[in-house]
Amino acid sequence: MSWYAVIGAVEQGFLYGIMVVGVFLTFRVLDFPDLTVDGSLPLGAAVSAVAITHGVHPFAALGLAMVAGFLAGMVTALLNTKLKILHLLASILTMIALYSINIRIMDGPNVSLLGANTVLDLLVQWGLTGYWAAPLLYGILAAIVTGAVIWFLHTEIGLAVLATGDNPRMITAQGVNTHHIILLGVGLSNAMVALSGALVAQNQGAADVNMGVGTIIAGLASVIVGETVFGHGGITRGCIAALLGSIVYRVAIALALGIKWGAFAFTPSDLNLITALLVIGALMTPMIKKKWSRP
Amino acid sequence: MIRIAGYSQYFNRGGVNEVLALENVDLRLEKGDFVTVIGSNGAGKSTLLNGLAGMYPPDAGTMSIGEWDVTAWAEHRRAAHIGRVFQDPLVGTCASLNIEQNLALALKRGRPRRLGIGVKRRQRDHFREQLRTIGLGLEDRLKSSVGLLSGGQRQALTMVMATMVDPEVLLLDEHTAALDPKTALQILELTDQIVRAKQLTTLMVTHNMAQALTYGNRLIMLHQGRIILDVAGEEKTSLTVDELLERFYSVKGEAFALDRSLLC
Repeated sequence: MSWYAVIGAVEQGFLYGIMVVGVFLTFRVLDFPDLTVDGSLPLGAAVSAVAITHGVHPFAALGLAMVAGFLAGMVTALLNTKLKILHLLASILTMIALYSINIRIMDGPNVSLLGANTVLDLLVQWGLTGYWAAPLLYGILAAIVTGAVIWFLHTEIGLAVLATGDNPRMITAQGVNTHHIILLGVGLSNAMVALSGALVAQNQGAADVNMGVGTIIAGLASVIVGETVFGHGGITRGCIAALLGSIVYRVAIALALGIKWGAFAFTPSDLNLITALLVIGALMTPMIKKKWSRP
Repeated sequence: MIRIAGYSQYFNRGGVNEVLALENVDLRLEKGDFVTVIGSNGAGKSTLLNGLAGMYPPDAGTMSIGEWDVTAWAEHRRAAHIGRVFQDPLVGTCASLNIEQNLALALKRGRPRRLGIGVKRRQRDHFREQLRTIGLGLEDRLKSSVGLLSGGQRQALTMVMATMVDPEVLLLDEHTAALDPKTALQILELTDQIVRAKQLTTLMVTHNMAQALTYGNRLIMLHQGRIILDVAGEEKTSLTVDELLERFYSVKGEAFALDRSLLC
């Protein structure tokens, strides 16, 4: 695998890392398995791409994408809390609804950003080469978002979010409306996923309605890989492990795609299989470790 | 002051399993009343406490806590005025958070939560002081995960959390039933100590008649969703377990043996 490919994988790791931290927030912190992300990632991409083609500043377009993602998350949360629909089902409903909505937003299945200004172009204009600018910019953004989530989870509201995921009866008895917390948490998570989607679209020069397929699986794989490699313990460590897990995941995928045995090579369509094997491997590790550590 | 008037509570109303858990219950607690609640299984003890806490909307009747009519209030809103300790020691605390984070959550009960840091440095002395009163050495373990504590330690911590912001009423739902006898007694003593020190209005459900007579200044007995006995002060102090049982059966007029085994 070339150095260039490694840099590319790290760049992808940061880009999708923002999504992974969002998935960590729902899946691990709130104990709310949320499949909305398969729809909110292309939603963020669509909103930011359409905004840019309409002359909105690329950074402002990221903000719009986050607002859209937050609203999408709120829809799922409202379906779950107010209409008592099971969280998985509620999120699937929002996800498939978003498919139609995304096509409406883009007025078609995709929007090209060729020739349009993106956040990356701004950096290049300041004199950085594209080769270094991308991983640097996305790394900084991912670090800022992860840092913000860590800070948030240490605030008074953040503690209530942690408690809502762990013990809803306890936190209700402490005077917290868990519905509000779920609304906020799932909203924030999807805002991050949409931000990630917006950046991916700006990076690859197009938004596509199908770019969200498999987001949740990639997100979960990254979270689990991160936990396996960097360990549990504390919410700060968990958030950072999720981000780093995203990078490990993307590098592992790039490595797998680079493998050649004679005439055999993996193709991008094998990614789902590789991801599944990766997650199974990560889930097996604690069991194997236990067996080895036995005297 | 707590007032419950004409309170009825059904479960599965209209279904084949319809149960009338509480029927037209009237109860008035004066400030500082420490009331023990007894009754056989299914008498409605837990329903009374959970209903007052707002876990389900009442089918009839009104409730007020202090100056507020809370009949239509949701559980989390009533929680501003209620401290609760549950039977299951795992329910009252958050296992994945540490001791000081749990205490910080309890310190904000009934107050707005904002974006300030959750555990503030100046709160820690207050936490240590509170934990010192329960004498378990937890004051030196603020950073320990609550999941590592024993059932008794968690229940003691829940006691502290429930009373850290003085509640208008403290609801204890068989909070020592899941503990071993020695720990149960410690928690009971701790309960008595805190309730007396803070003069808290308290409802304590127990299966143990001797405990019900030892603690508190008033005793009520529930049977089939009604309050069938309500004694206070001198009358309660002079009561014995046997007299209590006698009273129970004179009101009830049912077979003795079965219920004795359930109540003792």
